[in-house]
Amino acid sequence: MAKRVLLIEDEPNIIEAIRFILSRDGWIVDTHADGASAVAAVGAKMPEVVILDVMLPGKSGFDILRELRADPAHAKRPVLMLTARGQKKDRDMAEAAGVSLFMTKPFSNSEILEAVRALAGAPDVNDAHDASGDSDG
Amino acid sequence: MPRTSLTGTRIRERRTLAGVKQAELARNVGISPAYLNLIEHNRRRIGGKLLVDLARELSVEVTQLTEGAQAPLIEGLQDAASSQTQGSIAPETDRVEEFAGRFAGWAALVVSQRDRIEGLERRIAALSDRLAHDPFLSDALHEVLSTVTAIRSTAGILNTGGEIDPEWQVRFHRNLYEDSQRLASGSQALVTYLDTVGRSGDEAGGAPFEEFEAWLDTQGRASGPVSEDEDRLAGLSTPAARKMAQAWLSRLTDDALAMPDAMVEDVITAHGINPAALADASGSDLAAAMRRLAVLPDAEGRAPVGIVICDGSGTLSFRKMIEGFAPPRFGAACPLWPLYQALLRPMQPVRRVIVLPGLPARRYLAYAICQPRVPARFDMPEVVEATMLITPYQGADDATIEVGTSCRVCPRLNCAARREPSLIMATPELESDI
Repeated sequence: MAKRVLLIEDEPNIIEAIRFILSRDGWIVDTHADGASAVAAVGAKMPEVVILDVMLPGKSGFDILRELRADPAHAKRPVLMLTARGQKKDRDMAEAAGVSLFMTKPFSNSEILEAVRALAGAPDVNDAHDASGDSDG
Repeated sequence: MPRTSLTGTRIRERRTLAGVKQAELARNVGISPAYLNLIEHNRRRIGGKLLVDLARELSVEVTQLTEGAQAPLIEGLQDAASSQTQGSIAPETDRVEEFAGRFAGWAALVVSQRDRIEGLERRIAALSDRLAHDPFLSDALHEVLSTVTAIRSTAGILNTGGEIDPEWQVRFHRNLYEDSQRLASGSQALVTYLDTVGRSGDEAGGAPFEEFEAWLDTQGRASGPVSEDEDRLAGLSTPAARKMAQAWLSRLTDDALAMPDAMVEDVITAHGINPAALADASGSDLAAAMRRLAVLPDAEGRAPVGIVICDGSGTLSFRKMIEGFAPPRFGAACPLWPLYQALLRPMQPVRRVIVLPGLPARRYLAYAICQPRVPARFDMPEVVEATMLITPYQGADDATIEVGTSCRVCPRLNCAARREPSLIMATPELESDI
């Protein structure tokens, strides 16, 4: 059965490109463009991997990540964070919030594909999370 | 007599430096070696022709033996040495006086370069601060990076070949076109913005004040009283600096109206540099009288007058230095200054004789007052301003307090007010005896 990825991003053309790349790789890709309702969307779709942009209308990616981690249902769900600001400060903030993987825009198609595969690669979601070396969640 | 005693020490230093024997120097100026020895060990007053002869023999200016003219230069050098953190050869801080004395020009260059480096560092800090916090810049960069991300992904898809549905292909081509348009206008906006930023000169936090100060230097801080003259502001490029200069000029104009030249001259003739006497004669407040005295043009036979003004946070907002007294360019000054003592007790006039470290120690008479900057109100915090007038002190009757300029270059190692360690390794000590 195909695995599900939820892309939370508000740039239409980035959504389109990522959706295409991942669909071609066999993923079911759901998208969500609003920050405020993003946590609810994760709860509704229960994806294997969440791709989360930092700059979203309504709520920042960091806040969404913190709320996800606080919820036992999503505490160990792999989250790949995308940001246009690669500063250490942002990376540290994402790591403190419990990110599984952090990626700076502009990334290449193969990078994001590999990242999503790696995050979902392990048979169990929890193992994938542990393999990413993060233990803060 | 600190002044006299230090002159002797200085003569001895200079003589040793020049490699001249005591007996030889004594013979050249027509005194006995024993007498010179007494002078050098501060047992005899010296002045007049003998001092001039000694200075000539030692190839130095008389003032270099008597005044602390070099002190700010030496403090500057010590500060420059202290901020030098790497490099295999450490500056010979124990020989700083020798360096300043023998190579005054080079020493001045070192100090002016230190000032410039400090200014540039602050500018860089302000710029990077701005880069990190400027909302427009952050949005514009985000926009460009997002667009680049979309273009890279889309182009990657089209480029890798493989089966792409014709409908999708059309869509991706359209997206590419749209995004390239967006990128073009986004980067154009960014360039335009950066261009204006560079030109306005407003980007560095301290820049307007620095520009204002530089402008004051060209105007001659001492030149006053002034008329509202737009031309005088012509040299100022930033609106902020122009505003500061305008405010200052309008203050001076008010002061000059309240205290006309003739009145000021009369008061000085009768009482010397005395802000209380001028305030009394004119009905002005003490701070205004201090400003008025500080901006008088230099005149023959009149003691030089310096002034520093700070706001309630202690930040210096105006400085006019006099020889031997150079308030720090950046950062806070010495908390022992009467300026700050006045700040602690608003409306209470402070008069102190202060001693600045160095060889010889420099003594100044300081008057200070802290006054409300705006009329007091019930619904906002008090806004005050402290003003300190400073003039060289010749007398010997008053009790003195020892102060510094800023902790980093101050040799008073055990000062209770010290906020950071002194970077001067060895405190200059007077030698005791032969």
